[in-house]
Amino acid sequence: MIRRAAALALIAALGALLLPLLLGYHPDEALNLTACYYAERTAADLGAANIVTAIVVTYRGLDTLGEVTVLFLSAAVVGLVLARGRTATTGGRPRLPAGELLTTGSRLLAPLIMLLGIYIFVNGHLTPGGGFQGGAVIASGVLLLLLAEPGRRLGHRVIALVESLSGLAYVAIGVAGLVYAGGFLDNRILPIGTLGELASAGAIPVIYSLIGLKVGAEFSSMLANLSETEEL
Amino acid sequence: MAHIALATGFLLFLIGLYGALTNRNLLRMIVAFTVADAGINVVIVAVGHMRGRTAPILDGAVPAAEAASRIIDPVPQALVLTAIVIGVGITALMLAYAYKLYEARRSLDIGKFMELKW
Amino acid sequence: MAWITPALTVLLAAAMIGAALVAVLGRSLPIAILAAGLVSLLASVLFLVLASPDVAMTEAAIGSGLTTFLFFFVLGRVRGGEHD
Repeated sequence: MIRRAAALALIAALGALLLPLLLGYHPDEALNLTACYYAERTAADLGAANIVTAIVVTYRGLDTLGEVTVLFLSAAVVGLVLARGRTATTGGRPRLPAGELLTTGSRLLAPLIMLLGIYIFVNGHLTPGGGFQGGAVIASGVLLLLLAEPGRRLGHRVIALVESLSGLAYVAIGVAGLVYAGGFLDNRILPIGTLGELASAGAIPVIYSLIGLKVGAEFSSMLANLSETEEL
Repeated sequence: MAHIALATGFLLFLIGLYGALTNRNLLRMIVAFTVADAGINVVIVAVGHMRGRTAPILDGAVPAAEAASRIIDPVPQALVLTAIVIGVGITALMLAYAYKLYEARRSLDIGKFMELKW
Repeated sequence: MAWITPALTVLLAAAMIGAALVAVLGRSLPIAILAAGLVSLLASVLFLVLASPDVAMTEAAIGSGLTTFLFFFVLGRVRGGEHD
C-alpha cells in the first residue's frame, strides 16, 4: 500500500510540474525559422512533395541512418538473447497446425500485403508513408506467413541477406552523394525531375525503398525470433 | 484543440508511469511503458499543430509557393516518426529479456529478482 | 461544422484515457495488452486529426499492429507467469 501511495505522490508531483507547461502553452501563429526553411526550400532544392519525407531522408538523413542502426542493433540483440541456450534438437510439444481458412487466406493475402508495403515506400516522397511504414506492412505480411505455417522455419539467411545488402546500398548511396553532390546522403545524385511525379526527388525514392527493405527485414527477424521461442 | 491533445498526452504519460511504478509483473510494466511512449508521441505532435493549417505535403491544394503559410510544422512529425520506430525496437528488447528472465526463474514477478537489490 | 473536430478530439481523448486505465489497472493481462494496442490505434486517429498523416500511418502499422503481436508471442510462451 505504501508503494502505491509513494507512486501516486510522485505522479502528482510530476503532474504539478507538467500543468504549467500545459496552461502556459500558446500555439505558434507562424512557422519557426527551421520549419519555414523546410517549407520554402524543399520543393526547389529536393523536389519532394512530402516534406516530412524530405526531412527524414535528406535534411536529417544521418539521423535516419543512426535510427536504422539502432533498430538493427535491437533486432540483433533480440536474436542473440533468444538464441542463447536454445537447443537445436528441441523435443517440445508439436505445434498445432493452423486452420484451413488461415492457410488458404494467407496464400492469397500475403503477396497483396507485401505489394501494398512496396507501394507505400516507393511513393514515400509523394504521399504519406515511406520506408518505415512500408517496412512494417511487409513485416505484417511475414507475420501472416508465420501464423499460417507455425512449423516452418523462416529463411533467416534470406532476411539477413536482404537486411545487410540494403544497409550496404544505403551507405553506398550516402557516399555517392558525398562524391557527386553536396554531401553525405545528398539526394541530387539523380535528376530532381518535376514535383509530384514518381521518378522525381532524386535519390529519395531509392533511399526510402532501401530503408523500407531494411526495416521490413529487421521487424521480420524480430517477429521470427520471438515466434520460434519454446513454450516454457 | 492542441490543448486537448496536449493534456491527453500528459495524462497518458502519467498513467503509464504510474503503471510502471506500481505493477509487479514484468509484462504489465512493459505494457505501461508503451502507454507512456504513446503519450509522449501525442505531446510532441500536438506541439507542432497549428490551427487552420494542413499536413506538410505539397500538392494541388498546397502549392509550393504558399507552403510556408499553409502547412503545420513538419519537424515534430519527423521526430515522432523516429521515436515510434525506436519505441518498438525497445519494446521487443524488453520482451526478449522478460522471456529470458521467465526462463531462469519461472516467474514474471519483479520481486523474485533481488540479486542487485541492496 | 467547426465544432466537429474539437468534439472528435475530446471523444478520442476520453477513449484513450479510458483504454490506458484499463491497460494499466485491469486484472487480465491479455485485455491489458489489447487495451494498450487500442491506445495506439486511437492515437493514430488523433494524429490524423492533428494533420500528421505520416505519423498516423506509422503508429497504426507499428505501434498498434506489430507491438501487440510481439506481446502476444511472448505471452503465449510464458503462460505460467501471467498471474505473478
